Order: sequence, then C-alpha cells, then structure tokens
Amino acid sequence: MTLLDVQNLWVKFPTRQGLFEAVRGVSFSLGKERLGIVGESGSGKSMTGRAILRLIRPPGIVEADHITLEGRNLLTLTEKDMRDVRGEKISMVMQDPKFSLNPVMGIGDQIMEAYLVHNRVSKSEAWRRSVEMLEAVSIRDPERVMRAYPHEMSGGMGQRIMIAMMLIPNPQIMIADEPTSALDVTVQRQVLDIMDKLVRERGMGLIFISHDLNLVADFCDRVLIMYAGRIVETCDAGKLHEAKHPYTQGLLNSLPRFDQPRKHLDVLKRDAAWVNAPDEEGAA
Amino acid sequence: MSMIAIRDLNVWYGAGRDLVNAVRDAALEVTPGESFGLVGESGSGKSTILRAITGLAPNWSGHIEIAGQTLTPGKRDREFYRRVQMVFQDPYASLHPRHTVDQVLGETLHLAGLKGIDKRVSQLLDDVGLGSKFRFRYPHQLSGGQRQRVAIARALAGEPDILLLDEPTSALDVSVQAEILNLLTDLRDEHNLTYLMVSHDLPVISHMCDRLAVMKDGEVLETLTVDALRAMEAQHPYSISLLKASVV
Repeated sequence: MTLLDVQNLWVKFPTRQGLFEAVRGVSFSLGKERLGIVGESGSGKSMTGRAILRLIRPPGIVEADHITLEGRNLLTLTEKDMRDVRGEKISMVMQDPKFSLNPVMGIGDQIMEAYLVHNRVSKSEAWRRSVEMLEAVSIRDPERVMRAYPHEMSGGMGQRIMIAMMLIPNPQIMIADEPTSALDVTVQRQVLDIMDKLVRERGMGLIFISHDLNLVADFCDRVLIMYAGRIVETCDAGKLHEAKHPYTQGLLNSLPRFDQPRKHLDVLKRDAAWVNAPDEEGAA
Repeated sequence: MSMIAIRDLNVWYGAGRDLVNAVRDAALEVTPGESFGLVGESGSGKSTILRAITGLAPNWSGHIEIAGQTLTPGKRDREFYRRVQMVFQDPYASLHPRHTVDQVLGETLHLAGLKGIDKRVSQLLDDVGLGSKFRFRYPHQLSGGQRQRVAIARALAGEPDILLLDEPTSALDVSVQAEILNLLTDLRDEHNLTYLMVSHDLPVISHMCDRLAVMKDGEVLETLTVDALRAMEAQHPYSISLLKASVV
C-alpha cells in the first residue's frame, strides 16, 4: 500500500546568481517500509524531506506534479489543514537537537506540549506519557531529564529527546533527518530498534535521511542515492555494496574500514557528468 | 616520559540532586608522538576528560600531567595553551561568525606571542590545504570541511605539541571526513604531534590511533592497542559489544 507518493518534485531558491535548484525532479513513493535517502550535504536530501511537510518558506519555491498523502495533494491544502498533517500524520525528526529544541523551555514542557496539542488529557497524564516515552528512547533517569533544559543535555541525549517528542503524537509517517548522526554506535542501534519496532507494529512509513551508507544499508529496506538534487541510483538496501554508480562506490570507499587498515583513505573524485545524468525513477 | 599522564581523575558537573559524576577514577597515559583514542557512548565522559585537561571543566580532582608538568584546577597559562590545543566537534559553532579566517588565525598567533604573523597565516592555510584565497573569507562562506580545516589551522597556530581532537569529523560527510582524516595523519607526521582523539566511531579511531581506551559511565574500562582490537582481543564485555555494533 502506498502511503505517500511524490512525483517530479523541484525545490528552487532565488539567489543573486540566479535560481538555485536544490532538488531537481525527484519522484518516489513510500509504502509501509523504511526508505533511506543518502547523499552528502547539499545533495538535496533534507530539502526533499522538508518539501513534503511544506516547511520551505518563501522565497523558496516548491513545485511538484503531486505529493499525495491518503488521496490528498499536500500542495493544495490550506496552511490550517497542513498544521493537522504535521505531527499527527507526518512528523519529522530534525538533524540538530541544539537548534530544534527550544533553549528557554524545559524539556518536560516541550514533550508534553507535543502530546497535548494532539490529545485532550490532563497535564499529569501528559507527564506520565512523556516519562514513558523518554524511557522508550532509553534515557536513564527520565524524571531528572524532564526537569532539565536542553543545554544541560549531551548531543546524543538531545537527539533522543527529539525522537521521543516526534513519536509521542503517534504519526503514520516519520521523516527522520539524520536522527542518529549525533549518537554513538551502541545507542544508535537502540534508537534504530525503537524506530524499527514502531514501523512494524503501527504500520508506519519511515523516510530515513542519512549520510551514513552502512547504517542505511543495514537498517532500511530500500535506498535512494541523491547527488546534486537528483536520484542517481535506487537499490535494495541489502545490495548497496553492489551499487553501480561511481558516486555511490566513491562514498563507500571513503569510509575507514575496521578490517582493512591503511595509511590514507580514498578521497571521492567527482565527475561533472553526474550532475546532468538522467534521473532514475524511484518507483516502488 | 609520557606526554599526557592522567591518574585518579574525577570530574563532576552540577550539585545537589542534579550532581553528575562525569568521570570517575580515570587513568591513561599517552607517549610523545602517539595517537591515542577515547571511545564510548555519549555521556561516558570522554569529552569531559579533554575539557578537564584544557580547563573548560573546572571541577575536577586527581592528577593530570602534561609533559612532566602537573596541572591544577583553575586557570592555565599561555605556555600551556601554546603547547596544548583543541579541535572541537562542530565547525559551525567553533568559529566566530563575524571574524574572517585572517582575523581568527592572526589573533591566535598574536596571543601565542609569535612574530611574522602575515607570513605565518599564509603558511598555516597552506598547511591545511586551503591556500591564501580563503584568507579573507567569513565562516559562512566556507563549507563544513573547509571550516574544520580553519579550526585545525587555528589549533596549529602556536605550534603545539598536543592536539586534543573532540569528534573532529562527526559533523562532516564521509567524503569530507576522509579528507580531514588524511590531513590529520599528514600533519602528525610533519609536526610530530601527539593526538588525544575522542570519537564514538570505532572505525575512525582504529584508523587514526595506535592505542585506545574504552569508556562507559565515566570510567575507563579497558586500554588496549588497535592491533589487539583488530585481532578481537578485547577483554571487557562492553568493548566486545561496541566492537560488534561497529563491525556490521
């Protein structure tokens, strides 16, 4: 079943040097699956996620044939209807907890707010649910964290708090923009297991945006590889290491390998032709 | 003689019911010219050790020795900061947004009490592979990798002996990470630097370091060589689980 269908998405920004095209005609559809989008910074992967939630403000321009969620084209919804979509239908875990958490608001209040906006319950019930959610993202001593402010948290804890906040309204689709990049490997695994459980149990769809190829290969079902605003390659996550595009291979080779020590790492050499290569259809 | 010697180090933040013992009875030793790694999950106290060395975490007790000199909690003198420099995780936050690269490096050189600042700034930019065309740029005109190169150049300005690297590449793309790690490898050879590097990324640490310490909940669980790690000779169950999580 298709939860979300994106057709020919463009994101453009007017600059003094002319129109900058961040996303250039991306098409894909998402079912009840874990879809990975990988690429470097500037490849347009985050912009794709933001465009779906209509988070790109003017002068940024978003154009698409359609972005369909449950038969409704998100591009034609009013801003008021869109607000019901955000959080409850599609939620987004942002890249950097330092900039996405409110620095002058207690963590407890922020998580409770996310719950209270979508649920009519008492504050004590919201507190209880928030503590549960913090436990679910394996935060030790959740009561202390509820009383704390974001600057008192480490980067990894901040990101887990963000994930707790985004999961608490129980959305259908979660867009996770580098959700685990600030976490270390063992906690990464725990957080991914939590997300995995939700995708399975509740039939959620997950768009997992990351620059970490190994993580995506391991965690997702299907991977889109983006370069310069286009999807250059689509493959099954399990077969990522057999990827054909030289860009994908270059990214894979630039990683330090635990089992293959060497003095210098391979550096990615870019080919100008990649930018204008025809877009590959990301059909489901 | 060891370059960095730490014994019985305790570091804490906060007070009362929110007191956190970030580092507990930590000990480690780094020989001159060595590259030593600290790995562990977030909150395990690995960055806190670096912060205690540089004086950014003032609440500590125990013994820290840099090249034979014992440190005390409190202010460090200029000579200390000339010898010991730190590169931070986030190049977007560690550079002054309204200072040009020239100002950043010039000020650092001035504070280090060095002469011939003009020539040294261009030399530093060449050293980190940026070149003089970046000299009068502001941080927002640089990419993440270029900013981290500026941060490394700033750390090198006073010709230090020790670089403390706090997750120097975890905010960067893998392709840029490869460039920065190669740069750090070359700089260590050229300048005879000693590295104390913090990362949660075990493959990165094993690529960069000779020996490493595994930390959890503020304690050093185990110190071992990277070769022993590669040969799967880690003793502590936590190190083994970390190893398993890293080798997919």
